[in-house]
Amino acid sequence: MTPETSPLELSLPDVPRSTSADGHDLLFPDRHRYHDVVAAHREAGFEMLADLTAVDYLGHPGRALPEGVAPERFELVVMLLSLAHVHRVRIRVQVPEDAAEVPSLWDLYRGAEAMEREAYDMYGITFTGHPDLTRILMPEDWEGHPLRKDFGVGRVPVQFKHAPGPR
Amino acid sequence: MSGPDTSSPFVRETFEGAQELASRHDTSPEELGREVGSVLRLPESYGGVDVSDIDIERPDDETMIINMGPQHPSTHGVLRLMMELDGETILRTKPIIGYLHTGMEKTAEQLTYQQGSTNVTRMDYLSPLNNELVFSLATEKLLGIELPPRAVWIRMLLSELQRMSSHLMWLATNGMDLGSTTMMIFGFRERELVLGFFEKTTGLRMNHNFIRPGGTAADLPDGWEDDVEVILDNVTSRLSDYDALLTGQPIFHERVEGTGTLSAEEALALSATGPILRSTGVAWDLRRTMPYLAYDDVDFDVIIGTYGDNFDRYAIRINEIRESVRILWQVLDKMPSGDYRVQDKKVTPPPRARIDESMEALIHHFKIFTEGFKVPEGEVYVAIESPRGELGCYMVSDGSSKPFRMHIRAPSFVNLQSLPVMMHGGLVADAVATISSVDPVMGEVDR
Repeated sequence: MTPETSPLELSLPDVPRSTSADGHDLLFPDRHRYHDVVAAHREAGFEMLADLTAVDYLGHPGRALPEGVAPERFELVVMLLSLAHVHRVRIRVQVPEDAAEVPSLWDLYRGAEAMEREAYDMYGITFTGHPDLTRILMPEDWEGHPLRKDFGVGRVPVQFKHAPGPR
Repeated sequence: MSGPDTSSPFVRETFEGAQELASRHDTSPEELGREVGSVLRLPESYGGVDVSDIDIERPDDETMIINMGPQHPSTHGVLRLMMELDGETILRTKPIIGYLHTGMEKTAEQLTYQQGSTNVTRMDYLSPLNNELVFSLATEKLLGIELPPRAVWIRMLLSELQRMSSHLMWLATNGMDLGSTTMMIFGFRERELVLGFFEKTTGLRMNHNFIRPGGTAADLPDGWEDDVEVILDNVTSRLSDYDALLTGQPIFHERVEGTGTLSAEEALALSATGPILRSTGVAWDLRRTMPYLAYDDVDFDVIIGTYGDNFDRYAIRINEIRESVRILWQVLDKMPSGDYRVQDKKVTPPPRARIDESMEALIHHFKIFTEGFKVPEGEVYVAIESPRGELGCYMVSDGSSKPFRMHIRAPSFVNLQSLPVMMHGGLVADAVATISSVDPVMGEVDR
């Protein structure tokens, strides 16, 4: 395969964009337009959803976002990969805490199934349109979403050691 | 399946409601037609189904739901598969995971960058050095440091040896799953050679914590070239034994040829990477397509298959061992001299001798081991080709000495999604061969 590194510049004029430190294109669509933006990328030749995860920015001192993007507590991070053009794009979507709901990518990429379940399990972000949005790693009766920043770490009680502390 | 029995608290506690396969009536005919998973996991373009042909009215009691695992010798750990069977034929499959979940991504947020590689190395326990590598590459990218060439080539040497040992282990377990105990003994025997070298180099056979942000923990031991040459000569000659034992053997062919097939479109839609994607004919290997370390300075071929069946995945792995041998001979030739870690006193501890004579070195040493080094604010995604596929690390830093978020894109976790598609329409006996050919490492799946 000859790598022809022509960046796929999609004409999405009102989606804020920048370039990350690792040289990937970054896109910051609104969570209502997120599905359309991903669909446009799929049309343009991004065959694979490489990864989908989330970040809880609670307590973060402040991150660099392009103009016009208001920071929210959660951020959904989607890595798209074009095999034909050997190109990666990262889509970061701001998800507010009180309405942690985004459309599922399952209708575009079947591979989103387990990844979205993991993001739901760990962060409590709901993916509308996902066919089977259940916990995947934690037990079904688990309360809370463990990777949230306000979810305690917990510790194993140690005999003869009374020093309190996080670890 | 009956509902939860609420009469006894014991039963209620263990009843796993949400993990049931959904009833056939809850699934739309189009989805049911593909009969894959409790939900559909096939791409839209999959054209093999005529909706009018599907027997929607088939009552639930004509099929049998059977659990394979979590304690089953062929599930490679604690994978549980819920299979819907029509006689001997598998209709739908749902992989149920999480039995080995230890919250390693949460743990990573409590550990400094320097301690972090001890954590990630335990994820994929068959290729721990690759995990350390991707974690270190992500940290280094955030730090913006460049490694000395020797550190890069040491990492490449270890990474290829690891690929070899991981594939040898796979050949062994795959042989065992298919009834060839000879292959099991052979595979473990050769893997032992590699692990012996790792023990000599890193001090441990597994979970090395050897590749660290800033380089490696130590230089290669004296005489490492001879050790590697012995490994390469041995493995090369024994690969032909494997060919005689398995590749050309009719019984093995009958078991693996044409079973567990996957098309390229399905593999792409399901985000499958590594040998699974390559077995369908897609030449995608991050070492070649998005080179990291010094992979663009060495010659090797990307092995691809044609049919995407179990035999192709076997052939790809055995030939990737040959390619690793080829890369390792070149690494032996080209290994540069120099430092094995970057001499940045904010990132790597000073040499032991310096601590005795320099107050400044002592302070840096103390700072690094008590509070760790600080990493500038930012976020990166780094991906490498592990023996199982694209191993990615998404790291967010808030400027402190601990990662704000560390996510590992585990190839086994994602590849498991293609299992229902591969198994659909096959026999239960072939399921064992198919699970094995996906090569899931449960430590990495559940993290």
